[in-house]
Amino acid sequence: MSSIISVANLSKTYGPGFKALKNVNLDIKRGEIFALLGPNGAGKTTLISIICGIANPSEGKVLVGGEDIQASYRKARSLIGLVPQELHTDAFESVWATVSFSRGLFGKPKNPAHIEKVLKDLSLWDKKDNKIITLSGGMKRRVMIAKALSHEPQILFLDEPTAGVDVELRKGMWEVVRGLQQSGVTIILTTHYIEEAEEMADRIGVINKGEIVLVEDKTTLMRKLGKKRLTLHLQNKISSLPESLAHYELDLCDSGATLVYDYDTKGERTGITSLLSDLRNAGIRFNDLDTTQSSLEDIFVDLVRTS
Amino acid sequence: MNHRAIRAIYLFEMARTWRTLLQSIVSPVVSTSLYFVVFGAAIGSRISQVEGVSYGTFIVPGLIMLSVLTQSIANASFGIYFPKFTGTIYEILSAPISYFEIVLGYVGAAATKSIILGLIILATAGLFVPLHIHHPVWMLTFLVLTAVTFSLFGFIIGIWADGFEKLQMIPMLVVTPLTFLGGSFYSIDMLPTGWRTVALLNPVVYLVSGFRWSFYEIADVSVSVSVGMTLAFLVICLIVIWWIFRTGYRLKN
Repeated sequence: MSSIISVANLSKTYGPGFKALKNVNLDIKRGEIFALLGPNGAGKTTLISIICGIANPSEGKVLVGGEDIQASYRKARSLIGLVPQELHTDAFESVWATVSFSRGLFGKPKNPAHIEKVLKDLSLWDKKDNKIITLSGGMKRRVMIAKALSHEPQILFLDEPTAGVDVELRKGMWEVVRGLQQSGVTIILTTHYIEEAEEMADRIGVINKGEIVLVEDKTTLMRKLGKKRLTLHLQNKISSLPESLAHYELDLCDSGATLVYDYDTKGERTGITSLLSDLRNAGIRFNDLDTTQSSLEDIFVDLVRTS
Repeated sequence: MNHRAIRAIYLFEMARTWRTLLQSIVSPVVSTSLYFVVFGAAIGSRISQVEGVSYGTFIVPGLIMLSVLTQSIANASFGIYFPKFTGTIYEILSAPISYFEIVLGYVGAAATKSIILGLIILATAGLFVPLHIHHPVWMLTFLVLTAVTFSLFGFIIGIWADGFEKLQMIPMLVVTPLTFLGGSFYSIDMLPTGWRTVALLNPVVYLVSGFRWSFYEIADVSVSVSVGMTLAFLVICLIVIWWIFRTGYRLKN
C-alpha cells in the first residue's frame, strides 16, 4: 500500500523552548484506519493541526497525497476532512447551512444530494433545519463529522471523536467510520479508549512527549497482547536454575522464591506441560501458581512510562 | 482562485447581517435620526450656515462617515474575532483557501454592509434636510474606499484581540474620539489656528473633508490630499494583514 500521508523530521516548538513535537516520522497508508494513541499533551493534536494547516511546523516536511502541505496547500488540504477534538460549531446556523458552507469553503460545487446522503448516514436528516445551538452534544459531534465529509475528502482526521459520547452513539460512529473506509477513505483517529483502537484500527501508533514511540500493525500488537505470564510460587527458595531448564528462559524472582515464565497463547505450543514435568524432574516443587495477561493498555502504559 | 470559498464566507457573513437586522441596520439608522434631531434641529437652528450650506445639511456627510467608519470596524472585527472565539476558525485555516481569499470574503462582506448602511443613512438624511450631491461618482468612491479601508482595519483588530475587551478598546478609545474630532459636526476652519494644526494630524479629517467635498464642493483640505491619505491608510492596513498571515500572528501559533 502506498503512503497517503508522509511526515518527515517534523518538529514543533511553542514559545521559548517547549517542544511539542520532536523529529516525528510517520507514514499513513492509503485506505487504512490508523489509531494514534498517547496521553494528554503528548502531541497528537499538534501533529494533526500541522498536517491540516492549522499550525505552522517549526521544522520538517509533510506530504499529503504527494503534495507538500505548504507549497501545494490547496491540493493537500482539499484531500483532508478534519473533525477536531473540541465541539467548535456555529450556534445560529442551521445544520444544512453549516454543512453546505463547509463544502463551499473547500471549493466544491453545490451538491445537495451528497449533503443529504451525509446527513442521512449520520442520522441528522430530520435535524437539517434545526439551529445548531438546539442540538445535543452527540448531535453536534455528528454535525462536525458531516462538515468534514461535506467535500468528499480522501482522508478523514477524527481527533477523539468519541470523547464524551455514549456507548450506543459510539458504536454508531464506528459503523460510519467502517463504511467510510470501505468507500476508500483513509482514517486517522486519536483516542483515549484503547478498546476503540483495538476494535477499529489497522495500525496503531503511540506518541509520547512529542515523539513517536511505536508504530505497529494491530495484528502484530495483538500477538504481543497474546503473551501471558505464568508465576510459580516455590515451596523452597532456590539460588540458581538447573541447566535442564535453561531453554525456558525463566526469571528467578523474589530472592529465589518465585519463577516467572512468559509464553505465547497463540503459539502452537505454550510449553507449559513440558515445563511443569521438567520442574518435577529437577525436584523443584511449588505450592501455588497464577497467570496474567498483558493488555494493550499495559503495553501502552509501559511504553509511555519508559519512553 | 477558490471563488466558491470567497462566496461561502461572504454569504455566511451577509447571512449574519440579515439575522441581526435590527442591530446591524435599524439601530444605526435610529441613532442617526437622533443626531439630526439634536444637532440638526435643536442646535442647528441656532447656527447660521456653514460655508454657504445650512448646518443640518452640512453634517450629513460627516454623519454617514461616522457610521460607515464605526460599522466597518465593528463588522469586520467581530466577523473574524467570533470564529476565533468559538473555535470555528479551524475550518477556515484548514480549507484550501489563500489568505487573500479569506480577507476578500470577510472584508468584502463587512464593507458591503457598511456601504448599504451608508446609503440607508443618506436616504434617511434626505427625509430631514434637502440634499444635493455634486459629484456622485466621487461620493461613491469615497464611501467604498472608506468602507474597505476601515473593514481592513477592523479585520486587524479582530485578529489582534484576544478578548472582548480588546475588541471594543480601539473602536471606543481611538476611533470614536477621532471621528468626533474629525470635523463630522463642524468645519475645522471654525477651530482656532493651534487646534486646526492638531486636527490635521487626525486621519478622519481627510475622509470627512473629501466626502463632504463630493456633496457640496466645500473641503477643509484638498481632495487629492484626502484621496492620498485614505489610500495610504489602505496600504498600511494591507501590509499589516500581509504580515499577519505571513507570520500566522494570533492565528496559527
